Amino acid sequence: MADPMRIRAQAAGDKATVRVLMSHEMESGQRKDSAGKTIPAWFIQEVTASHNGKVVMTAEWGPAVSKNPFLQFVVKGAKAGDKISVSWKDNKGDSRTDEATVS
Amino acid sequence: MQTRRETLKQSAVVAGLLASTGLFPQQAAAYQKAAFDAKTLAEVAKALGAGAPVESKDVTVGGPDIAENGAVVPLTASTTLAGAKRVLILVEKNPAAMVAMFNVTDSVEANFATRAKMGQSSDVYAVAIMGDGKAFYAKKEVKVTLGGCGG
Repeated sequence: MADPMRIRAQAAGDKATVRVLMSHEMESGQRKDSAGKTIPAWFIQEVTASHNGKVVMTAEWGPAVSKNPFLQFVVKGAKAGDKISVSWKDNKGDSRTDEATVS
Repeated sequence: MQTRRETLKQSAVVAGLLASTGLFPQQAAAYQKAAFDAKTLAEVAKALGAGAPVESKDVTVGGPDIAENGAVVPLTASTTLAGAKRVLILVEKNPAAMVAMFNVTDSVEANFATRAKMGQSSDVYAVAIMGDGKAFYAKKEVKVTLGGCGG
């Protein structure tokens, strides 16, 4: 199981800016180890964000997203106290979901 | 009384309708492998079923002019166009051009930021794909001092 994500959601007016820091190796599949063998790709493929249980955004990522990915998006109509949950799934089938409250 | 045949027929119709609205869950969940394998902006747009991309000032791409570390390059993509369905971030000279694809709904702004790996100095694109399949892009050159791929 991967480490938890750090999610911060801050309301400003009638929308909230959500910043997510995920913990993932994001191996590109391009690098080689010391023996010259290619390290297999291992990266987050799908990201889903929900606001109070309703999916507001989905994303698909390639291996070119940096290690320990950062993601920022803006949810309309979110106010303090609302729940924002973010989940990801990688190409090995591992997944993780974390939740934060809008402040 | 409904026969099995009728039930099947009806569910096929419903599935077809869902697919045409783009709401079919199975379809939405399918990973766009072809698009992530594509090498150029035109190929990515084609793989996603969009038209030939046109440069537009309503799309904005953000990033540093010079990135010291190609492993972590902060990039942003946003558009003021109403009705954008997808926002893409591309790095032209990476082994596969597409970095990330965001599916926009009415509840989020078409404004995303993330960090990408860049193998070398390259043009970076933000692409907005509209509901009708039109594609608009903006580009910016980012110089990389230290590559983030290979190693």
